[in-house]
Amino acid sequence: MIPLLLILIPLLSGLAVFLLKDSPASKALALASSLATLVLSLMAVFTKGALTYDAAWLPGLGSRFSLLQDGMSKMLSLLTAISFPVVFAATYKNVYPKSSSFYGLMLLTQAGLLGVFLASDALLFYFFWELALIPVYFLCSIWGGEKRIAVTFKFFVYTFIGSLLMLVGLLYVYSQTADHSFAMQSFYHANLPAHAQNGVFALFFIAFAIKMPIFPFHTWQPDAYEQSPTAVTMILSGVMVKMGIFAVIHWLLPMVPQGFQAHSMFVVVLSVIGMIYASLIAIRQDDIKRLIAYSSIAHIGLMCAAIFVQNQIGLEGVMIQMFNHGINVIGLWIVADVIEQQLGTRKFSELGGLAQKAPVLAILFVIMALANVALPLTNAFVGEFLMFNGLFQFNGWIATVAGISIILAAVYTLNMIQKIFFGNTVEKTEHAVEVSGNVQWVLGILVLLVLVMGVYPQPMIDLTKDTVSAIFANR
Amino acid sequence: MNAIIVSALLGVVMMFSGILLKNKSTLKYIAIGGLLLLLIANLFQTYGVYTVVVNSHELLRFQKFGLFFNTIAITATLIYVILSGKDIENAGNYPAEYFALIFFVLCGVSILCGFNSLLMLFLGIEILSIPLYILTGSDKRNLKSNEASLKYFLMGAFTAGIMLMGIALIYGATGSFGISSPSIISTPTGGTSVPRASYLEIAGVLLLFVAMCFKVSAAPFHFWTPDVYDGAPSVFTSFMATIVKVAGFFAFIRLLEGQSAILGPTWKILLSFVIIATLLIGNITAVFQQSVKRMLAYSSIAQAGFMLFALYSASDIAKEGILLYAAAYSLATIGIFAVLIKMKDYTLDGFNGLAKTEPVLALTTTICLLSLSGIPLTAGFFAKYYMLASVVKTGTGLWLVIVAVLFAAVSVYYYFRVIQAMYFKEGVAETTEITAGFKAGLVFVAALIVLIGVLPSVLLNYFYF
Repeated sequence: MIPLLLILIPLLSGLAVFLLKDSPASKALALASSLATLVLSLMAVFTKGALTYDAAWLPGLGSRFSLLQDGMSKMLSLLTAISFPVVFAATYKNVYPKSSSFYGLMLLTQAGLLGVFLASDALLFYFFWELALIPVYFLCSIWGGEKRIAVTFKFFVYTFIGSLLMLVGLLYVYSQTADHSFAMQSFYHANLPAHAQNGVFALFFIAFAIKMPIFPFHTWQPDAYEQSPTAVTMILSGVMVKMGIFAVIHWLLPMVPQGFQAHSMFVVVLSVIGMIYASLIAIRQDDIKRLIAYSSIAHIGLMCAAIFVQNQIGLEGVMIQMFNHGINVIGLWIVADVIEQQLGTRKFSELGGLAQKAPVLAILFVIMALANVALPLTNAFVGEFLMFNGLFQFNGWIATVAGISIILAAVYTLNMIQKIFFGNTVEKTEHAVEVSGNVQWVLGILVLLVLVMGVYPQPMIDLTKDTVSAIFANR
Repeated sequence: MNAIIVSALLGVVMMFSGILLKNKSTLKYIAIGGLLLLLIANLFQTYGVYTVVVNSHELLRFQKFGLFFNTIAITATLIYVILSGKDIENAGNYPAEYFALIFFVLCGVSILCGFNSLLMLFLGIEILSIPLYILTGSDKRNLKSNEASLKYFLMGAFTAGIMLMGIALIYGATGSFGISSPSIISTPTGGTSVPRASYLEIAGVLLLFVAMCFKVSAAPFHFWTPDVYDGAPSVFTSFMATIVKVAGFFAFIRLLEGQSAILGPTWKILLSFVIIATLLIGNITAVFQQSVKRMLAYSSIAQAGFMLFALYSASDIAKEGILLYAAAYSLATIGIFAVLIKMKDYTLDGFNGLAKTEPVLALTTTICLLSLSGIPLTAGFFAKYYMLASVVKTGTGLWLVIVAVLFAAVSVYYYFRVIQAMYFKEGVAETTEITAGFKAGLVFVAALIVLIGVLPSVLLNYFYF
């Protein structure tokens, strides 16, 4: 029952928020609904074993409304459930025109995301995959920045082409299943011949690679992150990119193991190229949002590479890092949003010395940024360590090249900290004040998560152990 | 049979009510009542109740598939008249006649749903087409309307000639007007071994194929479509682009089920060429249109490309699919046209800011557009899904499916431009007066689209009753 409620609560409250004209009420309802989802997802985490829900949906097509919440789904639904209240609370003071539509669409996005993480029926998965996209399209196009319409449209068309190719792949695998069913288990046991595996791999992987995004499919991402309203960017980079990684692990890997094997070297090399490339571009950025966007591409590249090396330690790292990257990047976006709202700029060249004016913000941000560099004691260290370990077992040379990205990450992150927070105050930062209480609280909680997960990551490894071992049990 | 008789009678009733009634606003309600009657008559026949028993000597044969399709067509017309009835009354000087002509078109549709002989096919197509020539030209003082009407008539007459020639050749070769050619030995496995068809018969089937391509505006026989759809009064374009078009498709499928095997394996190559050309021309040209009306004309060509997939796979799932496609496409297009008619400016810029002035109209149009682009949760997704799935299931032509989905992605571009104009651009979209009833009707259409999009079985279950 919990999986069903996890989707229904945001869906129904999202529709309800639409009907509210009054802006404070819609805000409050959205926050309350997201907190309820958080409680439920925590309940799921503390329940032993996988949770399921199953109901008839399209009998004629062999598709059922079936949900499955295993370790990885629990972890990702927890991430989704944490992200939304955090985003709502951190941006509580932001004023949006037509706020009821804004919060309604946000909650619909949440329903779509949770559906993607929970669906265990391929057609249902496809439904939610799209449902998560449509509200984001409207959110970015209505409340985004200056170039929002063109940029969001590019993002939409990119992902839509990917989705359609995935649909063709789905249809093909479906036609090959023994019992003509969309059920996950039927897909896993479709036993496609080798040449078909390669084709299906390509159809699915393009969809997921666009979503993650992996070099060279990443061009929509920096623009979309920059132009979207920051609340949406947080969801996009914190949670939505995990859809791609999740789908690769949950659907692609068990479905076409041979096709996966055949392309692993190719994808690992692509990912590593993407990591270095994105890191180098990040160094040249003068805009906080774009810098975080490129740094995010680098991190996602590492996660993708660590999946495709196909060893247990790498995959464990990916599991931990999916959660941690979500927490860290949302923290960074919150600070970016605070700075933009207060000072009206995101350019490093127009900032400086903010630490003198807002010391609490500076401390919290520095910890977040260090987590972004994956310093020991922060959560990202554990994940990156495991992933690099996996990469090293796969191929020492590739791991070495990928390792350069750690140094580059330190370069751009420290550079950013220095330019924003230290040095002398400039014209724009002279009258800056400390951030408001709600942002301090939210960032404080995130920093606490960063440190706790950095010191004691074992619960997260245990939580996702069943997914990891299930994947490696079959080979 | 019921539907043919009732629709013909209702057409006469509508004509006379135009003479007897002075108040033209009652016409709409008479038409709605008539359509309900027609719907009931058709449903009666579906479940085996007949008003009159006519022995048609196998010229007509009504099967569940055809009757169910007729139900969809009549229901779509009902929704169309409810939404746009007022605009039909105002389209020209003779409102009663327009309603009468619509009933005559439905009579043609009913014949096409049950034809079992090439003669009846010809009759059905002509009964369907001739009223449309008049409706296209009903805006008498508008030059474009006149041009469209003449063009449509000439093209239609030409097509009728080609079709008759084809029928004559087939009759000459086989001595029969039957729609399933006796010269094919059908094997139970579905594979037809070397047909003994003569060149005469093959030429006949090809001519029929060309004529039907004209009717459903498949490329390269589509040239009349944009001009006619653009020139005709918008209310009638809506009718032509939806109900009439899907009826043409239905006849096309029913015809080629029995005939296509004559053409042998080259048939699929020929058809893939037509499909790709249709998708290419429809989608790419629609991208460049500034007028929403003309964009919809090209979009209807593009959608025809998808419907042609049902011919390609020619299986049961494709038949289900064409029913769903007919419903999804007609509902969405009727909805969009109903809104378009109310706009003062038909260009894309005319839609700027509609979300601010008329939020309900903007929302329902958006749902219709999402359905046309095949986004999940709308009926259009399952329509496209069935089409693609039927081809994937045949095991051949996977490349065709991939090409088609890429064109579907292109179609998103032009459909979403309307959404962008309505929601994200500044402007004051001017509309004529919008009544609350009209809004309610639109909301009903949108709700129906979403309902079919979530549970297509509600529609398709009737098919299996």
